[in-house]
Amino acid sequence: MKAITLRQVFGETLLELAEIKKDIVVLDADISKSTFSCLFHQKYKDRAYNLGIAEQNMLGVAAGMASTGIPVFATTYAVFASMRALEQIRTFICYPQLNVKVVASHGGLQVSSDGVSHQGTEDLAIMRSLPNMTVLHPADPVSTRELVFAAAGYDGPMYIRLLRNEVPVIYKKDVSFTIGQGNIVKDSKQAQCTIVATGLMVEKSLRASEILEKEGIDVRVLDIHTIKPLDQDLIISSAKKTGVVVTVEDHNIIGGLGGAVAEILGREYPVPIEMVGINDTFGESGDPEELFTNYQMNIEHIVAAVKNSIARR
Amino acid sequence: MYYFKGEKTTLTRQKLVCKLENQANQLRQDSLKMIYRAGKGHPGGAFSATEIVTALYFSVMKIEPAKPKWPERDRFILSKGHACPVWYAALARRGFFELSHLDTLRQTHSILQGHPVMTKTPGVDINTGSLGNGLSLGLGMALASRNNGFKYNVYVILGDGEIQEGMVWEAAMAAGHFRPANLFAVVDYNGLQNDGFVKDILGLEPLVDKWRAFGWNVKEIDGHNMNEILNGFEWLQKVGGPAVIIAHTVKGKGVSFMENIVEWHGKTPTKEEFELAMEELIVGGGNG
Repeated sequence: MKAITLRQVFGETLLELAEIKKDIVVLDADISKSTFSCLFHQKYKDRAYNLGIAEQNMLGVAAGMASTGIPVFATTYAVFASMRALEQIRTFICYPQLNVKVVASHGGLQVSSDGVSHQGTEDLAIMRSLPNMTVLHPADPVSTRELVFAAAGYDGPMYIRLLRNEVPVIYKKDVSFTIGQGNIVKDSKQAQCTIVATGLMVEKSLRASEILEKEGIDVRVLDIHTIKPLDQDLIISSAKKTGVVVTVEDHNIIGGLGGAVAEILGREYPVPIEMVGINDTFGESGDPEELFTNYQMNIEHIVAAVKNSIARR
Repeated sequence: MYYFKGEKTTLTRQKLVCKLENQANQLRQDSLKMIYRAGKGHPGGAFSATEIVTALYFSVMKIEPAKPKWPERDRFILSKGHACPVWYAALARRGFFELSHLDTLRQTHSILQGHPVMTKTPGVDINTGSLGNGLSLGLGMALASRNNGFKYNVYVILGDGEIQEGMVWEAAMAAGHFRPANLFAVVDYNGLQNDGFVKDILGLEPLVDKWRAFGWNVKEIDGHNMNEILNGFEWLQKVGGPAVIIAHTVKGKGVSFMENIVEWHGKTPTKEEFELAMEELIVGGGNG
């Protein structure tokens, strides 16, 4: 499988799911061509509603529909889902535990040239703070397909963060994914640090690990595709094994994956933690790779963070 | 042929109106007692909506109190969730739960929250309380009947102040587009909101024109005249949704010193005020 956008994988997977789960209804807010749910719209006209540029109404409609027993997928961008329609998600979907999957494309700086208004860089922190919410952020096309299938089999509120631009494949087809369980994507008996990564940063972390390996530093790399509920057992056991941890995310370092990992390790097994992510600032327009470099979130920064964490041991 | 409490009745229209008026009076008394006991609540908006809630729950809506989750039930959304005491009273009087729960409004562990919660109260179809959300929720339920195979109507009670929320008009526009025949709204137009008169804070007029412009059928009624209310609900069935009734009402209706007084939006009566109000309600209790 070649590099492809996760939103396209989502749209194609939704089409597959529609055949199996005939009760799914899809809601959109005028960006179905971007979230690729347009594929579902074209084939299943009577099971799809495009509610126009009105995200609050869309999530309210989602709650009303789900209250009658219909599984709903509602798509928009991370910024609009997590902020403009936040209250609808909180009070009317999460609180009564309704079966709505909020599918949010355009997470992180990877959104690139559209700039800050379209870069969802706080969404994981916001969504993670909602009781009853499950938060997914797949790393690559293979895991996106598997996790969207898993999501469809889960009855309850869920936020699925996708990305605008292409990401490389890191998984082989036969890997299994379970909501709430992280995957160890690289390991070594001599691992001196655990890189806890999510989304496209898993692939960057793997590439960082190759550089480190050449310098004689072995690491364990985790793909935490479920930000909530966090795989506490895996994170604690990894911290015990390697002694230090680096978190890596395309998201504000406050409240997202780094925050979640720090919360659990702070309570259960305190170790030095370095955090790679957006350093509590806003992004800007630009090429994704240039942005990652400028915002100190690229491969060389992951390498440096690993070394810093080991130095703090 | 009319319905009263879920049964077909041979009552004349006049007798039915009389019975519903008495029922409304009882719900007002229930609401007042609940708010007085709770020490907090919103009597003004509960009283302005009392006749509308009564007509729906005691004659118009297709519901089975013994089966609150019956998939074919008509849905009721109190978008102005703060008026919930009168709704809770209606649910209890229709048998969705024991009357004794009414004494527990707003208390710890009560099934009756300060604003409606579907997972706690039998008969509550969806959460409300944060204003401006109900019409979207109702639109979702109404459109869902195209997909879930169940036939039902959806009734959304909107406050007048709350339709200042932009999301109401997102929903109104979407309903005008998708035209769900089973979506009905009632605006409880009592003219007051938390800070004062609606017309002074952020006026709604021309309200009928606004709804028409969004593609809705519109009818104005006196929201305390039971015969007009029943006519209004018959009209909804006839024209089909999306349709809205603008119900002209009086905030605090039924208690002279509460009527049209902004302070009674969210004020709890003192012991003296409570006794005086109960006396007025008992005396003014109709003759059916």
